[in-house]
Amino acid sequence: MAFYSTSEFKGGLKIMLDGDPYNIVENEFVKPGKGQAFNRVRVRNLKTGRTVEKTFKSGDTVEAADVHDTEMQYLYNDGEEWHFMDPESFEQMTADANAVGEAAKWIKDNDVCKVTLWNGAPLAVDPPNFVVLQIVETDPGLKGDTSGGGGKPATLETGAVVRVPLFVQSGESIKVDTRIGEYVSRVKDA
Amino acid sequence: MIQARADLFARLRAFFAAAGVLEVETPILSQAAVTDPALASLSVGGVGPARSLYLQTSPEFPMKRLLAAGSGPIYQICKVFRDDECGRLHHPEFSLLEWYRPGWDPRRLMDEVAALTRVALQRPTMPVERIAYRELFLQRLHLDPWSATVEDLRGAALAAGIADAASLDLDADAWLDLLLTHCLEAGLGRDGMTFLVDYPPSQAALARIRPGTIPVAERFELYLEGVELANGFQELTDAAEQRARFQADLAQRRRRGQPEPPLDERLLAALAAGMPECSGVALGLDRLLMMATGIDRIDGVLAFPVERA
Repeated sequence: MAFYSTSEFKGGLKIMLDGDPYNIVENEFVKPGKGQAFNRVRVRNLKTGRTVEKTFKSGDTVEAADVHDTEMQYLYNDGEEWHFMDPESFEQMTADANAVGEAAKWIKDNDVCKVTLWNGAPLAVDPPNFVVLQIVETDPGLKGDTSGGGGKPATLETGAVVRVPLFVQSGESIKVDTRIGEYVSRVKDA
Repeated sequence: MIQARADLFARLRAFFAAAGVLEVETPILSQAAVTDPALASLSVGGVGPARSLYLQTSPEFPMKRLLAAGSGPIYQICKVFRDDECGRLHHPEFSLLEWYRPGWDPRRLMDEVAALTRVALQRPTMPVERIAYRELFLQRLHLDPWSATVEDLRGAALAAGIADAASLDLDADAWLDLLLTHCLEAGLGRDGMTFLVDYPPSQAALARIRPGTIPVAERFELYLEGVELANGFQELTDAAEQRARFQADLAQRRRRGQPEPPLDERLLAALAAGMPECSGVALGLDRLLMMATGIDRIDGVLAFPVERA
């Protein structure tokens, strides 16, 4: 089992606290003129996404979290779990709804996602920054309205709903920025 | 920045030349090391006949040997090294200005520290205030550091919203350090310089203890803009008391599983031979340069921080 001393703390380090894996967001070393030093640390729980502050006595050690990111190809959803494949080893893994989270709204078969593994199992899934998805339902735009102002909701093939300009129609494919959940452009012949 | 550092050092040297304080140089490498459990010395191997030497955490011990040898008032600008100290205000290698005034009490030395800081920062009218450690805790946290129990201190930390206050396992001094660093320091030195004075005897370090109904360690710290700049003492001159404190430090290091470095017997011999009553102070020059230039990270005033050294 690997351990880190507080002197190794820095942003991005993955540690275990109370049985959960955390990412160090910010680390501040404080020490009075003489005496005990402390590390004031902001950490994000990688399971829940919640950020909390922790206080460590400098010199304390914490267990390292076996957490790393890998690229995996999304295969299919069996109704309960999402199946992914390592494109090099062809090894397959399943991720539950907790791990997939918001990514479920954006991914479709064969998309390459960033999968965060904890002790070898998927902990979190990040969709590609941009995805191309077909619109399955949106109100027909008013004829002659080319201003693009306002927009309207459109339901995509994955079930996600984004606002699109009025001239975009059902059946068309659009590019979406998954980080902010916004329409980017129309895509021809997708 | 390089020019600002050179200008600052020139002002400091001119100040001491005018004040009749002699610049000295003492070894950076030593066979003995500091015992303070809160300071971690770095050591280097392969020096001399298969021995290791310690890099100084401050030039205090050899400078005291010079004082005992009759040097009179002395100062030194040097590099010091502290393992495991790295952060916005800490860097494992930094520049220290340390000076000693035989025959002076801390009050007089604080006046000189204030005068030097005004010159160094070119703020001739910067005001100065003093507040006692006990007074600060009473005013701000309604706690008497001399009588508060560990649970009182934990309660104050909880009330202040310090993370993990409920579960941290600290002794009384560490709780005081936690409250000082997390709740109090940021407010010090906001309208000029603040000297925090008269520390609890348990935090005397190398300061003399002034007996009384409430005994206090004759120790002071200078704060400016929430940053600790200097630490000073009415220096302990009693060799037996000094040896007892070193041994208490080593015992604490043993309990914590920390390295137990060799005691500085040469310092103890010098104290036994007679060191004049004096006050001394150490001032962090990189932090002073931060104040002079308005930079808020110590890395910003160093030519090559340790990551790029």
